[in-house]
Amino acid sequence: MAEVKDFRVSEKATWCPGCGDYTVLAALQKASANLGLEPENMVVVSGIGCSGKISQHFGSYGFHSLHGRSLPVATGIKLTNHQLTVVAAGGDGDGYGIGIGHFMHTLRRNIDITYIVMDNHIYGLTTGQTSPVSERGFKSKTSPEGSAEEPLRPVQTAIINGASFVAQTFSGDLQQMTKILEQAIKHQGFSLINTFSPCVTFNKINTFEWFNEHIINLDEHPNYNSKDKFAALKVLEEHGSIVTGVIYQEDRPAYHEVMIGATSQPAAYLDLQITADKQEELKELFR
Amino acid sequence: MNDLKWKVGGAQGEGIDSTGEIFAITLNRMGYYLFAYRHFMSLIKGGHTNYKVRIAAEEVNYHGDDLDILLAFDQRTIDENFYELKNGAILIYDSSKLEAKLPASEKTITTCPIPIYKIAEELGNPIMKNMVAVGASCAAVGLELTSFHEVIANIFHKKGEEIIAANQEALQKGYDFFAKSFPGIKLTMPNKTGQTNKNLFITGNEATGLGALSAGCRFLAAYPITPATEVMYQALANFPKFGGRIIQAEDEIAACLMAIGGNYTGTRSMTSTSGPGLSLMMEALGLAGISETPLVIVNVQRGGPATGLPTKTEQADINEMIYGSHGEIPRIVMAPTTIEEAFYYMQQAFNLADKYQCPVLVATDMFLGMSKKSLSDLDFNLVKIDKGMIMQDQELLKLASGEFKRYDLNSPNGISARSLPGQKNGRYVALGNEHDENGLEIEEKGLRKSMMDKRMKKLMFFNPTELGIYYSGEEQAEALLVGFGSTYAQIHEAYQQLQMEGQSVAHLQVKILEPFPAERVNQLISQAKKVYVVENNVTGQLRRIIQRESTANDQLIGIQKYNGDPFTITEIITGIRNEGGVF
Repeated sequence: MAEVKDFRVSEKATWCPGCGDYTVLAALQKASANLGLEPENMVVVSGIGCSGKISQHFGSYGFHSLHGRSLPVATGIKLTNHQLTVVAAGGDGDGYGIGIGHFMHTLRRNIDITYIVMDNHIYGLTTGQTSPVSERGFKSKTSPEGSAEEPLRPVQTAIINGASFVAQTFSGDLQQMTKILEQAIKHQGFSLINTFSPCVTFNKINTFEWFNEHIINLDEHPNYNSKDKFAALKVLEEHGSIVTGVIYQEDRPAYHEVMIGATSQPAAYLDLQITADKQEELKELFR
Repeated sequence: MNDLKWKVGGAQGEGIDSTGEIFAITLNRMGYYLFAYRHFMSLIKGGHTNYKVRIAAEEVNYHGDDLDILLAFDQRTIDENFYELKNGAILIYDSSKLEAKLPASEKTITTCPIPIYKIAEELGNPIMKNMVAVGASCAAVGLELTSFHEVIANIFHKKGEEIIAANQEALQKGYDFFAKSFPGIKLTMPNKTGQTNKNLFITGNEATGLGALSAGCRFLAAYPITPATEVMYQALANFPKFGGRIIQAEDEIAACLMAIGGNYTGTRSMTSTSGPGLSLMMEALGLAGISETPLVIVNVQRGGPATGLPTKTEQADINEMIYGSHGEIPRIVMAPTTIEEAFYYMQQAFNLADKYQCPVLVATDMFLGMSKKSLSDLDFNLVKIDKGMIMQDQELLKLASGEFKRYDLNSPNGISARSLPGQKNGRYVALGNEHDENGLEIEEKGLRKSMMDKRMKKLMFFNPTELGIYYSGEEQAEALLVGFGSTYAQIHEAYQQLQMEGQSVAHLQVKILEPFPAERVNQLISQAKKVYVVENNVTGQLRRIIQRESTANDQLIGIQKYNGDPFTITEIITGIRNEGGVF
């Protein structure tokens, strides 16, 4: 059985020291090992940005795609080989800016992938610009007077539009993140893990300390019912969305089970020969 | 050519298409060779639509310049199609709806008023006017109704005996009315030379989808777009029978990336689209190129730019297919010339994509995609499935973890074996960034150059001549007609007509546009005194490619058409006589 080390690669990660993304990588490695997964049966698909490097730093198959485009690539992989564990990952700019369209459609289809968004409220790799989830008034190189825009609320959006597993985690809490990632990977269907993963270099507002101060951890609220959509939206609204834990979950068939052409055998392993009889049947349709 | 051309026209949404289909399907089953062309507009109700069938004694790829019989359900059909009628043609029209007004003309047209709507109404349902019209058409060409009765029984078998009988009666009434009212009018049908109940009657889009299935494609991701949606319909109809999956993506960006994801797992995957969708796929195209992931894109071209002419034909996307997407990647662009070739080139496309691990774009167009023809057969096994270089499990097990070089710079011809997720020790990262041999991003100058060279080298060993050139006629003919893709049909008939007139002429059709079969094109062009490049676009995209690739002859004469309609034979011949022409 694979151990944590089997999900590591020899090359060093290229993130800044202290970056929140290290926690995400470690949590994903631990969760994968804890679940008894094998690296060759996993694919990590990432977008572009600091967070997008995770596919290179994680020891499974990887696809480092395009900016905002991890989800359709991950969809294609999962739908042609559903025996693979597919994890998509990226940042808030990648997923909620340029990739927001794919985000909405992937979650409502309930594609059985785990989508980790490393949310630092800023564009880090391009040295600090306002992101779609930066708060109004947030100052950056592209909003020197403070952002005039209302931030997007991705978690609420996901819940309202049919995501079947929605959680938030924080890079300051490896243990909770690992536990939730395990649940998310096991979940049959789309799971969103929005992770507060502070950028220690460019975001001087939403720092580890800031999150520590503001986070409400649902694990400390034993009476919270994660199957109640309205309770989920309420708790997010009450705490400015800075809530960690499993916020919402429901049971629904995964897309690969119900899509057109679904078979228990993955498309990748089908015998491609068409018998003479079947060829004749196909031709008959055109006579 | 021994043929007969028939057209039915009316307002969109009143069953014109099904009238044409019933007439054509029956003739095909009887053993006539057909080519059917559908004209329609981008709206649901109203507007003008028509369905034209050319009946011939041999396989044909074009619906013909003129018309023997026009069946009009409204005045607009007459107004818009009168020009096409031959001298001596027949005009059948619904006299319960209109009094036909014919434009002043020197042509002799025999008008046959039939109260089509009224006959159907008297039989209980005006919707059966289509059957009345088909019946009248049969009388006009002396066709027996037996086969038509069978087809009606076949089509309406779910609706019950009553409906079948009513439709058969409507057919008979239409026949009888025509025969009784116009006893002296009967056109001659061409000889029936095809197989009975055996010939296929299939559109280019259907042949494309079926070709993909036969090639082992088991995943299609697409976004609906005219005129390519029928490729998706074909996949929906038949892929699931063989475990093939279909997803309607949220846009063409996603569709193309999903197909890339599918190919990454080793599943033959594709997307189908038209111009606007292709534009959205440009970014993904580059990703397939640099990550060396196979990809097949079908582009059923329509009139551009932007939304352009959604329901009209054009060949104006070839620059985009050859050059589109930032940066440089290897790619193959194929342009099948006929409906059956669309089927076979899909088989080829998947093999080429897997072999060279690069995008293959298959360019058809609305004319080829939505037209329908009779074919004697399609060979599912013509091109054997070859998935190219994929690592064997045992070879990978011999390696230590982390040792596998997906992008091995020492691989022959630049083509390095792929591993597929699920294979132990095959780990790599497919990357949109420049990368090293294991798929880790790099910016190191020497490695960047080597990787670029590795990718671009792959197609240097692909010879586009075999699949990319069609040539007919003696070498060193005076005049050479050149085209690509679907214009094959009209250019070929123009060529045949000129040959019959005793002219020294040859026909070259280019079927692979990238990598361009420059050597052979060069040779053929240098032999000809005059070269006419016939294409459905305004800037002469093929002509410019030839001028760039060829040193032989820069005196190329362009014959271009970009009004949305396919070329006629007459336009090509006129273009030659006028030394170039724009239609």
